[in-house]
Amino acid sequence: MANMSKIKVPMPEQDPQVRNKQFQEVALGYTEDMAVEEATRCLNCKHKPCIKGCPVSVQIPEFISLVANKDFEGAYKKITETNSLPAICGRVCPQETQCEQVCVRAIKGESVGIGRLERFVADWMMKNKNKEEVQHTESVEKKSKKVAVIGSGPAGLTCAGDLAKMGYQVTIFEAFHTPGGVLMYGIPEFRLPKELVQAEIDQVRKLGVDIKTNIVVGKTIDFNDLKEAGYEAIFIGSGAGLPGFLGIEGENLNGVYSANEFLTRVNLMKAYKFPEYDTPVKLAKNVAVVGGGNVAMDAARSAKRLGAEHVYIVYRRSEKELPARLEEVHHAKEEGIEFRLLNNPVRILGTEDGYVKGMECIKMELGEPDASGRRRPVPVQGSEFVLDVGTVIVAIGQSPNPLIKKTVPELETQKWGGIIADEKTGATNIPGVFAGGDAVTGAATVILAMGAGKESAKAIDDYLSKKDSNSQV
Amino acid sequence: MFKILEKKALNEQVTRMVIDAPLIAKKAEPGQFIILRIDEYGERIPLTIADYNREDGTVTIIFQEVGKTTKQLGALNEGDALLDFVGPLGMATEYDRDLKRAAVIGGGLGTAIAYPQIKKLASMGVETDAIIGFRNKNLVILEDEIKEHASNLFVTTDDGSYSHKGFVTDVLKDQIESGVKYDLVVAIGPLVMMKFVSKLTKQYGIKTVVSMNPVMIDGTGMCGGCRITVDGKTKFACVDGPDFDGHQVDFDEAIRRSAMYKDKERDAEHYCQLEGMNNG
Ligand SMILES: Cc1cc2nc3c(=O)[nH]c(=O)nc-3n(C[C@H](O)[C@H](O)[C@H](O)COP(=O)(O)OP(=O)(O)OC[C@H]3O[C@@H](n4cnc5c(N)ncnc54)[C@H](O)[C@@H]3O)c2cc1C
Ligand SMILES: Cc1cc2nc3c(=O)[nH]c(=O)nc-3n(C[C@H](O)[C@H](O)[C@H](O)COP(=O)(O)OP(=O)(O)OC[C@H]3O[C@@H](n4cnc5c(N)ncnc54)[C@H](O)[C@@H]3O)c2cc1C
Ligand code: SF4
Ligand code: SF4
Ligand code: FES
Repeated sequence: MANMSKIKVPMPEQDPQVRNKQFQEVALGYTEDMAVEEATRCLNCKHKPCIKGCPVSVQIPEFISLVANKDFEGAYKKITETNSLPAICGRVCPQETQCEQVCVRAIKGESVGIGRLERFVADWMMKNKNKEEVQHTESVEKKSKKVAVIGSGPAGLTCAGDLAKMGYQVTIFEAFHTPGGVLMYGIPEFRLPKELVQAEIDQVRKLGVDIKTNIVVGKTIDFNDLKEAGYEAIFIGSGAGLPGFLGIEGENLNGVYSANEFLTRVNLMKAYKFPEYDTPVKLAKNVAVVGGGNVAMDAARSAKRLGAEHVYIVYRRSEKELPARLEEVHHAKEEGIEFRLLNNPVRILGTEDGYVKGMECIKMELGEPDASGRRRPVPVQGSEFVLDVGTVIVAIGQSPNPLIKKTVPELETQKWGGIIADEKTGATNIPGVFAGGDAVTGAATVILAMGAGKESAKAIDDYLSKKDSNSQV
Repeated sequence: MFKILEKKALNEQVTRMVIDAPLIAKKAEPGQFIILRIDEYGERIPLTIADYNREDGTVTIIFQEVGKTTKQLGALNEGDALLDFVGPLGMATEYDRDLKRAAVIGGGLGTAIAYPQIKKLASMGVETDAIIGFRNKNLVILEDEIKEHASNLFVTTDDGSYSHKGFVTDVLKDQIESGVKYDLVVAIGPLVMMKFVSKLTKQYGIKTVVSMNPVMIDGTGMCGGCRITVDGKTKFACVDGPDFDGHQVDFDEAIRRSAMYKDKERDAEHYCQLEGMNNG
């Protein structure tokens, strides 16, 4: 008989007033007992609606019943049949709009804690088993063909890992000195410990994938070099790294950061450990973060942890429209982030020597729904006021970096920069060149990027096999 | 790892190093730069590609010891290696085919960054005057190397301890006033110097290219930290530059922005004390 509790087994968390001063992970994870208890809430539904909610079709009821039977290793194998980065997805997937949204238990009460269980299983394995022994039991026939993957974010890692499992020789080319993409430079330590990302990347390496860092494709090497070096297919997973700015007065004052710059300094360059690490980050006592997505929440919570007294989220719509995950908004509030909703920045005010001294905002109210179906915010005449801040972090979205397009002009892209690729396969207009993840969709999610990498891996296998049989005729 | 093959001190503060970096050497062009990181704890810092050798697979950097990373770099020796070395970044400098005469101005360390430009212009058959300025005699660098390529070389020192006393702008002005016709001026050095060269050449309507060196992190257009205003528009120096039209750059803003990570006294007063944090 299933456990009919209406709510999920609660997730143990660090106290908000403790955690908002350091960078250790907020959610502590289930114990074995908690995991088993939560697993018994799953009804093992025949039609498995949850699986359809997952972009990579994790076999959810199967793995959960293995957890209920305390076969954690078996559960891990089950998950990794379709998802190679479970420790990451269990933490950062927007489960509430994916697998958990369609869970039958969500009709009366809370859904099964699918993400939490996934995380538990992955963490348990990392702690208790040498994953190497588990993963590659089936030996695959090595293929002579070489595939190049550009970018080592979730899209590139997944595509590379899957191709390696099929026996291809895969090389990832990464511009930064550390692989991982946004997982390393964007999402902060307190939400996704870097050690764990590292461990998942090591898994991909163990599959035989060669990761070359410090290579900017389009600068250090180009598509011709790849062709000459014998790569027969290319996957572009270069993400959406180009930061957007507001285009308002005062945006180039000292103390205005893009969220990318701020988070890169803090996460990748470990400015939060300055001066042990050399990269500094400067923050005033009061900080405004402009935007309402996950990126804005991460920037705000990082600023608070670095010691800022007041951190404001300035967002022009209302709470209901906040694009960030609910859980993140909730955590941010607990940690003392102050929400200034229905406020829009008008200009940033500076001191004589060019430092931010405040941000002028105007109050907004919700008008008629716009094209996106959300009610459009309109300014309230005469409601301008100045927010007393010395740092402004702009987190209003990123678009794909034009670097690759610049050196491969024939690659077709959307006006806003997204690479045009087949929805199913990721095929671009250039034969043998595939693309997926944020580089195609614009800023989206880890799991969608992984899903795209997966589909492209299949399509690349298909393409290379056909190429082979054609050349034999 | 990227091995240091040669090291030579050019003056007390300026060092030249030849680095083993075949992939970068293959693609490098004058005007481009690299970003390096010495070790796991290090900062990413940009340095101009002062020279390259495609056959040997080497890239030459010339740097001045101004702070933590450059001092640490200066303490390394032949045989040591750098953890990260990425490039070539930025746009290569493009010159008009039909240039006849150009002046290249180097201020202090900017002389090292200007050197590949002098070489390139000379190799295109452009009559190239090099005007390089330093605070005093001891700081003069690359005089012989530049002589080899430039048609004329003028050296200035602020205190007159060597060659012409005065600023590079004085020499440039004299040249122009005495009737030399420059189709192009290239100015590389401290922001203030580039600002005044641009001001001068604007009066005479001479096209002027400057090399902007704001603080950078990634060097690939991802952080926006290197943004400057050119002709009223925001540009990222690492991907749109580092060369820009000197008559359109907002130098005053660039000068203010360059102070951001400079004055430490300011920090104590206005900023949180990050040093005091304990992150376990
Ligand atoms: C702060 C922040 C928080 C987020 N929070 C969440 C969350 O909670 N949940 C969620 O699902 N999603 C979240 N996202 C979104 C998610 O991280 C991205 O959708 C996902 O990482 C996209 O994966 P990707 O592989 O397409 O690209 P990326 O992760 O961006 O990786 C691209 C990689 O390609 C490299 N690259 C780019 N150009 C080149 C080149 N020319 N040559 C070589 N390498 C190159 C880059 O350096 C980078 O490493 C967040 C994003 C940010 C920024
Ligand atoms: C495209 C580009 C090309 C460059 N080429 C060269 C070169 O060929 N040789 C060379 O010696 N330097 C060059 N620089 C400058 C060099 O990057 C800085 O001197 C270096 O980053 C300082 O690092 P640091 O840790 O030693 O000093 P820090 O401790 O970081 O700073 C010490 C002092 O230097 C100032 N400073 C920091 N960064 C810069 C910067 N980017 N530009 C100017 N001043 C800065 C600081 O404000 C401070 O006053 C270049 C910069 C750019 C952006
Ligand atoms: S990968 Fe994400 S969407 Fe899929 S089951 Fe796991 S948490 Fe849910
Ligand atoms: S829908 Fe929910 S209850 Fe049903 S199998 Fe999936 S996780 Fe279990
Ligand atoms: S250095 Fe980051 S965008 Fe130029």
